[in-house]
Order: sequence, then structure tokens, then C-alpha cells
Amino acid sequence: MKKKGLYQIKDPDKKVKEYTLSVLTEDKAGLLNSITIILNRRKINIDSLNVSTTEVKGVSRFTIVVSSTKEKIIKVVNHINKLIDVLGAFLYEEDEIYYQEIALYKLSTKIFLKGDLVEKIIIRKYGAKILKIEKDHTIIQKTGTKAGTQKLYDELKKFGEILEFARSGRVALSKKKRKTINFLRTLEKTKSNKLNI
Amino acid sequence: MKEITGSEALIKSLIEEDVNTIFGYPGGAIMPIYDSLYSYLDKIKHILTRHEQGAIHAAQGYSRVSGKVGVCFATSGPGATNLITGIADAQIDSTPLVCITGQVPSQLLGTDAFQESDVIGISMPVTKWNYQITNANEIADIISRAFYIAKSGRPGPVLIDITKDAQFSNVSFNYKKCDKIRSYHPYPIIKKTKIKEAAKIINNSKKPLILVGQGILLSKAENELLQLSEKTGIPVASTLLGLSAISCHHKNYVGYLGMHGNYGPNLKTNEADLLIAIGMRFDDRVTGDTTKYGINAKVIHIEIDPSEIDKIIKTDVAINADAKEAILNLIPHLKKNHHENWINEFRTCDKVEYEKIIDKEINVVEDKILMADVINRISNLTKGKSIVVTDVGQNQMVTSRYYKFSESNSNITSGGLGTMGFALPASLGAKIGQPKREVIAIIGDGGIQMTIQELATISQYNIKVKILILNNNFLGMVRQWQELFFDNRYSFTEMKNPNFNIIADGYGIKNNKVENKNDLDKCLKEFINYDGSYLLNVVVEKEENVFPMVPSGESVSNIRLE
Repeated sequence: MKKKGLYQIKDPDKKVKEYTLSVLTEDKAGLLNSITIILNRRKINIDSLNVSTTEVKGVSRFTIVVSSTKEKIIKVVNHINKLIDVLGAFLYEEDEIYYQEIALYKLSTKIFLKGDLVEKIIIRKYGAKILKIEKDHTIIQKTGTKAGTQKLYDELKKFGEILEFARSGRVALSKKKRKTINFLRTLEKTKSNKLNI
Repeated sequence: MKEITGSEALIKSLIEEDVNTIFGYPGGAIMPIYDSLYSYLDKIKHILTRHEQGAIHAAQGYSRVSGKVGVCFATSGPGATNLITGIADAQIDSTPLVCITGQVPSQLLGTDAFQESDVIGISMPVTKWNYQITNANEIADIISRAFYIAKSGRPGPVLIDITKDAQFSNVSFNYKKCDKIRSYHPYPIIKKTKIKEAAKIINNSKKPLILVGQGILLSKAENELLQLSEKTGIPVASTLLGLSAISCHHKNYVGYLGMHGNYGPNLKTNEADLLIAIGMRFDDRVTGDTTKYGINAKVIHIEIDPSEIDKIIKTDVAINADAKEAILNLIPHLKKNHHENWINEFRTCDKVEYEKIIDKEINVVEDKILMADVINRISNLTKGKSIVVTDVGQNQMVTSRYYKFSESNSNITSGGLGTMGFALPASLGAKIGQPKREVIAIIGDGGIQMTIQELATISQYNIKVKILILNNNFLGMVRQWQELFFDNRYSFTEMKNPNFNIIADGYGIKNNKVENKNDLDKCLKEFINYDGSYLLNVVVEKEENVFPMVPSGESVSNIRLE
């Protein structure tokens, strides 16, 4: 794990693919703007974005999903790494991370009166759960990939109108064995704050 | 501890950072800071420009010649937005600046208060870092951070916005210089393996070419560059901002790269088997068509900013490090060598360029004044030892071609952003930064009118800069493109200019006008030798083109001599 590692382009791949950026930052106001400005400059649209605190106090994690060519996204990551308050920006393809999204579905409660929908579809097949049952509506929650939550959406739609639907941004962790605090310690120890001549 | 106001804490912080000159313009939201400054005039000099854009360009000129961080003050709203062009210029040309802007009181933020603008939001894409201070307790820490960030690594502009209530409130002052930020690593640790790989390629190359940029000047690696070139015998070419990093008279110097650069280094880029780029970023004005650039060459890129590596040109070996440190590490691994035949190929190109272009421009028989001739004479008169501050356009390209720099840090120009109006204020800043050196601003008749108000600043503080207007009553570079690529359709490039000499008189600046070639030498001598500011209005040929030229988007091999 190398601080603000330089991503170098080995063979430029012109194919547009989905990439996940995981950016560890100091918890500072305005950083979201700084990061999106860099994506915007190269006309990269954000598919999903999530910002949250991490297990280390004062450190935030941005998880950004974008579609781009590898060549372009590497340049973007190098630029994000340059931001003063960014601790480290990492670029992942789908098979390099564990990731999940969460979806909430609001349905009319009367749909559930039509037989064994709940048991068969929601609980067993999709691993979803019922979050809340009210008189006029019920909330179902499912975590998974975008494709998985979409599948459940399509399935539920067959039974009646979905009143409201919301999907979160992706959260992701790398498959590598890594500890944020160790990464920060390495950063703090690096003697790259001064010229060594 | 005795408490002081936030504004006084700011001034004391600047003194802690060895700031002795500030360029600025007061206004409502920065008045407490100006009031505190008034008590410290024995330690800090303030230059009141006539526009905030003038202040920031002056700070840029000051920084570029002195190597110090340039500092400027502006008020909120329009004061702050007027800085933006200069900030963008400093960002793209890596100039360390700390810009202090006043801001409306914190309780009014976001309310469209009088002279409120979201300068943090506006400046975010063009600053290395910015921050808004709303609490006086933050001032000392943030200012020390600002200076550390501005000058370390690849330098750049920092903007600090301070609300008026933070300036007024009391704070106990305790200053500690910043030398570390855990999320910021300005000096990458050099990789020995990369040094060895690079050395091996260099030692085996037959036709290597060193391309130097401003990185040499910023890391003060001029001597190391000479050692590198002299030990290996490798020729050196320079980008626009790299000019003066090596003397134009050095035996291994082969010229200026880019769109209007010299014939040899452009053409030979595609014959070289190795390009060693040091502290330069392969700007499109240098590379032309990147798919037809360095076609026979391996590329070694020595660059402090990791995001520049592989951005435009793919490298074979990238050394992500400070230029001076990298060269010092590299030299012991390099074999002593010479490349006389290869350098002679450049000299053959020089002859072609001389016959086809230079000779016709500097030895004109007719009674017409050409820009090239003027600059060549100035170069000879000053022995290439002056600081030359150029604006943007033909004046800039001709000066870069014909001024033979013999001293380091002598070429101040707006390279990346290409900001017209840069030269006049930058020159006054440069003169303050290097008062013992001759400073000559070379400006077109278009550019001077963008910041002409700074003549008042020059006059008020008796700043002894020389101002040369190359006056063709045209926006010359645009006109040249219209002639070459737009069928001579001179759409809005011709100008009816004011009488620049009467204007200079109005500002109380000595001046003269040259229209006759016979008067040129005498007038230039008087201009150079005069002890004081002087504006010389030289009326040059109306439709002169700058050649050679690599047409936009074409390969450097297609460099045109006519």
C-alpha cells in the first residue's frame, strides 16, 4: 500500500467499463466539490456516490462508481490523489472489491394480502426483509448488487404498483488484506514532506 | 499572553514567513487587515496596483524572479473574482502564491450580502489549495499551511478567504511553521531502480535529446543540468517556460521547442532515439500531434507531479521526483560520452533556419521595422542578461526566439494560460523581486491595453521597468492565423489604438516612439540606458508572420519555414 500511488498505464484500454474509486480523505468540508470538479472536467458522469466515516476518527471514505475508459480514469485518479486533503485514492475493477448497495421499496400493504408473495419471493428468493409494515404501506429492504435489487424491483412490480423506490450508492471494500490505520501510519512515516538533498 | 486581532495575527504570520512585499487593493471586507498592515510598514512593503488582476500578475512576476512566494491582498466579491485569471495562470504555470481575500462577516455568508462572492467555490478548480477562515484562532495555522503548500513540491497558488469577523476578533498569537501534512507528499521518494533503468537507456542511446521545462528553474537545478549535459554530451532543448534554464550560448543548447520554436529541436524530436524530459509536461504547443511525436524515441520523464506522468506521452521510464534530486542521482550512473555528430545535425538545421528566416528578419535592407530585428538588437544591447517579461502572442514568440538568454530565471511569461495583459503588471513585480537586474517588458499593442492602468503603479512607486510596445495595430497572432488558416478574413483583429506616448505622458512616464528604422538603434540604446521607467512605442510592420510554425494539431515534423 503506497501513499498516493502513481497509477501507470500499461496498455491503454479504450473500452468503457465500470470502475469503483475508493478515496480516503481527511474529514474536511468542500472535498466532495473538489473531487467532482475533477470528474466533471473530463465529462465523467457519476453512476453512484457514497461518503461516510470510516473506522478511523477524522477519516472519510468516498466510494464513487463511474463508467469510463481505463486510460481516462487513471488520469482522474492521479488528479484526485493530488488534492491536498486526500489521503489516498484507489481504483478498482469489479472483481477486486466486495461491494453492496441497499434498496428500499415502498409498496401498498394490500399487495401482501394476495397469497404467499412475502415468503416466497421476498424472503427466500431475494434475501430481502420487511423493514416496516404500516396500514397503507410496507417497506422492503434488500442489499445486493444493482442488478439484484433491480431484479427484485421488476418482480415486485408484477404484483402491483411500487409507490416509491430508492437505491443507495455503492459501498465497497478491497479484497486485499489491509487496515486503514496501518495505511495512515505508513503515510505519517513517509519522509516525502521535505526535499532529501 | 496578550491578545491581538485576527487581522494583526495575519500580518504577523506573513512576517514569520519572511514576506516583505505584498501586492494588493483594499476594500470593505479586507479593511481590518489593511489597518493592521499600516502598523507594520517598517517590515512589509505594500504596492497598491490599479486593479486586482494587476496585483496578482505582479505577485507572479515577483515570485518567478525571486523564487519566493508571491503574496497579494484583495477584498471580497469583485476584488476576489478579479484575482481569478491570475490564479488560473499561476496554477497552470506552477507559480507559488498566497492570495488573501477579505470576506463578508460569517453570519452573512450565503445571503448575497454586499460584495459577497463564493470565492472558495469559484477558485477551487484553479488553486492548489484554498480555505475559508471564519475563526481568528485558525489564522496562524492556516497561513503556515498555505505557505508550505504553495512552495513545496510542484508549486502553485493558494487562496485564503478570511471573514471580516475573524479579522476583528481577538486571539493569542502563536506561530509554528508547517513542514508536514500527512495527506500531502510533495517530494516523492526517488526509486533507485528507476534511476538505474534510466541510466542504462541513456548510456545506450545514439541520438538522445534532453527537453527541459520550468522544473529546472523551480528546483534550481541549472548547474545539475549542465553537469548532466556536459558529462553525457547530450543536446538540450527548452520549452517556453524552460528558457533561461540553460544559457542560449551553451555548446549543447540546440534551441527552443514548440509551435514557433526552432527548426532543429522540433524536427529532431522525431529523429531522436531517446527523449529525456525534465520538469516539463508535454504541452500540446510542444508536441503537436502526439501520435506522431517522438516516433523513434524511448521516453524518460523526470517529473515531480505524478499526475503529469503518462498524461500526454507514454513513458518508458518515469522518475517521479524533484528535478535536481533526480539529476543528482542519475549523474553517477552515466557514462562520459559525446554526441558531436548528432549535435551537428542540429547545427545544420540552424543554418537552414538562419537562411530561410532569421537572416531575412534581422538583416532587413528595406526601411521597415520587424519585430525580430527589434528583439535581436535588444538581446545584443543587453548581452542577454536582462529579465524579459513577455505578454502573449507574436511579441512573446518573437522574443522567445530572438532573445538569447544568458542568465537563469530571466524569462517571465504566461505560458500555459496565455494571459494577455500579463506582462505589464508582471514586469513591475519582477523589478521589485530583482531590483538590481534590468527588467524589460515586451508587449503588443493589444495586450498592453488589457492592463494599461498599471502604468500608474509603475509611476507611483518609481519602478524602473522598461516597457517596449511592439505596435502593429493588430492582434498579430490571431491575424497571422486568419491569414494562414482562415483565408485572410481579418475578423476583429485590427485596432485603432490610442496614442501610447500621450498616455505615458499622462502617467508621468518617460517615453519615445520609433517609426523610422534609422532611429531604432539610437532609441533602443537610450531606452536601455535610461535610469528609470521608460515606455518605447515601436511601430513595426503591420503584417509580419512568426515562422517557423508547427500548424496546430500537426506533427512536429511538419514544421513550416514559410
